Amino acid sequence: MHAFDRIAMLVDSDFVEIGGDVMPGDPLGWSDKTSYPQKLERDREKSKLSEGVVCGFGSIGDIPVALGVMDFNFRGGTMGTVVGERLVRLFEGARDRKLPVLVCTASGGARMEEGMLALMQMAKTTVALQRFRDDGGYAVTVLTDPTTGGVSASFAFQADVIVAEARAAIGFAGRRVIEQTIRQKLPENFQTAEFLLEHGAIDMVSERSELRALLTRLLDYGAGVRGAAASSATNGRTTAGASS
Amino acid sequence: MNAIVERERGLLELEGRIADLKAHAADQPVDLTAEIQMLEQKYAQIQRDIFGHLTPWQRVNMARHPKRPLGSAYLAELDQFDELHGDRHFGDDPAIIGGFAKLHGRRIIAIAQDKGVDTKEKVHRNFGMPRPEGYRKVQRLVRLAGHLGVPVVTFVDTSGADPGIASEERAQAEAIAQSIAALAEVPVPIVATVIGEGGSGGALALALADHVIMLEHSVYSVASPEGCAAILWGDAAKAEEAAARLRLTSDDLLGFGIVDEIVPEPLGGAHRDPHGTIGNVLSSIEGALTRLVTVPAGELRARRYDKFRGIGSPA
Repeated sequence: MHAFDRIAMLVDSDFVEIGGDVMPGDPLGWSDKTSYPQKLERDREKSKLSEGVVCGFGSIGDIPVALGVMDFNFRGGTMGTVVGERLVRLFEGARDRKLPVLVCTASGGARMEEGMLALMQMAKTTVALQRFRDDGGYAVTVLTDPTTGGVSASFAFQADVIVAEARAAIGFAGRRVIEQTIRQKLPENFQTAEFLLEHGAIDMVSERSELRALLTRLLDYGAGVRGAAASSATNGRTTAGASS
Repeated sequence: MNAIVERERGLLELEGRIADLKAHAADQPVDLTAEIQMLEQKYAQIQRDIFGHLTPWQRVNMARHPKRPLGSAYLAELDQFDELHGDRHFGDDPAIIGGFAKLHGRRIIAIAQDKGVDTKEKVHRNFGMPRPEGYRKVQRLVRLAGHLGVPVVTFVDTSGADPGIASEERAQAEAIAQSIAALAEVPVPIVATVIGEGGSGGALALALADHVIMLEHSVYSVASPEGCAAILWGDAAKAEEAAARLRLTSDDLLGFGIVDEIVPEPLGGAHRDPHGTIGNVLSSIEGALTRLVTVPAGELRARRYDKFRGIGSPA
């Protein structure tokens, strides 16, 4: 699902993008069949996106939220320096504005063409998300198809609440890697959202059609945390622990 | 066959011949001094030719050299070490060894990945590929270090986290994510040393640290060269090509600011002088700890934040 379609589906039509001007360099000077900048250009045209994640502020069911949406159409949703930087700006912005964080993930993992700088985005997003949470921040992730590698092994699985979209492929190692390594047939529902739910790895599975309503409730449950976001979500209920 | 093992074979033969000649020189009617000297010069020349400059792929092979000192060898050189087992939930992962230790008299928590020496031990230690319970043991030990106020010292050497069915069932991604988070959080100094292979997230789970050291010929990579080649070009055999592009050597990573210090290896690699190499690594760790223990916890964490926050940020 295209990042902007997902944003349109979830957000109340007040989405304001941040970090859209953070653009990739070519830190390794990578080139194989084509150069890395050429690959990026091709993916920009193909996906109508400037990079693998769209971040910004908006409201879901009247609850203000800092939202990040990854898109598999841009280099397989891989996390490089731009995805890392945009997410960290989002987490820092959420901390300043006392908003909850919601990230919808879709990623094949770390981006090979940025080498170790890409891997280190796992550390970078982790320190930022942990600081946000330390400060009373509330984070929800929605794991969409597919979420693997460096994204699943960092911020995606560090949120307070983890939702997966029904039937999404989620895991650490890619299915092909596992098959090649162990040379045996994998269980039918292996690495699906339902498989993870069954094994206790995630909080819940949601159909896409129900996601907006579910997230509205989940964001509301966290609204008592340091009084964040609660002020505008006044639908008659009190927000326990509101600090102001 | 390991590319370094292949290249050093002739060298080892020559080394043997020199030793033989020296041993029997006294019994011989002729003076062998000149011949020995000639061979020693030849040996030194070949050694420089082979090891003076290693390509990225040769460094990968050096990092995987069958005789390269493993994590347990470093633990054995500490003043003392008492292993703490298990993740308190599921099991004890032999791919990660951790526990109380003393380094130059200082109390630390030491954690090492270990690939195992012989076949039996390699199988036991899952070839150094940790399972989720290994990373959950790391989390537990890191929190224990925070609780006791003692530094964390890690030794990184893995081709990557275990990619098996059971590991996925026990949420390998979550285990790694939480280990990285535990290191991000802990209010005590962390020094990590990549001693062999730093394989992707499975390595980073022990390497988010205030001071990151790399042994000269170790490698640290977003994916193994084989994995990268498979992902990008659908052909793991193009690993050498991937290695050349990934910028995975210690010099590359020092240049990127991902690594803080390189500990040199003897010509020919760490396995040519394990004791000396390990001693140098431990001295570097001690040096870093001496500096870090004076930093107040709040500032330590603030610096750690800035360090990792800054990687890959636009200027």
